[in-house]
Amino acid sequence: MDHDNCSELLKSIEDYLDGDIQPEVCTRLEEHLRGCQNCRIVVDTLRKTISLYHDEACQEMMPDKMREHLYMELNLLDYLPGTRE
Amino acid sequence: MNSTVTKREIDLDLLKQGNRGELAALVEQFSNPVYRIAMNILHSEQDAEDIIQETFIKVFHGIRNFEGRSSLATWIYRIAVNEALMATRRRKGNLVSIDAEIDMGEGETNPVEIEDWCCRPEVETMDAELRREMDKAVAGLPEKLRIVFQLRDMEDLSIRETAQVLGLTDSAVKTRLLRARLILREELTHYFQGTSQGQ
Ligand SMILES: [Zn+2]
Repeated sequence: MDHDNCSELLKSIEDYLDGDIQPEVCTRLEEHLRGCQNCRIVVDTLRKTISLYHDEACQEMMPDKMREHLYMELNLLDYLPGTRE
Repeated sequence: MNSTVTKREIDLDLLKQGNRGELAALVEQFSNPVYRIAMNILHSEQDAEDIIQETFIKVFHGIRNFEGRSSLATWIYRIAVNEALMATRRRKGNLVSIDAEIDMGEGETNPVEIEDWCCRPEVETMDAELRREMDKAVAGLPEKLRIVFQLRDMEDLSIRETAQVLGLTDSAVKTRLLRARLILREELTHYFQGTSQGQ
């Protein structure tokens, strides 16, 4: 496998992942990916890494006590979620 | 409670008038991301709590002068990041400058480990051990990379918004983001190689 190609490809991965890539570069990249299993695995696992962290992040919530303190501090306790009708 | 934070359009005019219901809606929508940002920088619930309160107090005071040149989210996160960084500075007594250049040698980010773990069962179920490993990996990132990764990939800001929050150029954000993503991918790949040897 031509390794020069692989590191060149890596530079455009960023734009590729964010969907912000020139069509011509994209075509070249996808062509390379078809022929190079290593790069394909890197791109796939990179994508998976991002989506794992993304999904995980949405689940991390401020603890209830802290939320209560915050609403209290801001004088909004009557709007604290879960305490209103 | 409120595990599904409803994302509704916040009415800026009402906010500026000091409408309490609208201010509460703003807090509800942004308290979790602000919490995650503060925790990510400070690693302490106690410190984070102060910073979160400070952030929203500043937001409430500043909202009248908010001109809407950036999104509301960008503006709030910028306040949160600045507050948190100032707190680390006070705590550590050293200066953590977010826009300082970081040394990024060519080829340093080249992927080394190749293993296709996308379809591993632990990934499907997101087991506790994998989650711990993910936390460890992200905590191990240099702070400058971690904040960029968090804002863009965990909080869904665009490259431009992330740049605005941190006062960086778009290209600096992209470079750091790629570096962070590659490091994390490498770490997770290491982890999966370790677990498959044990099987
Ligand atoms: Zn390749």
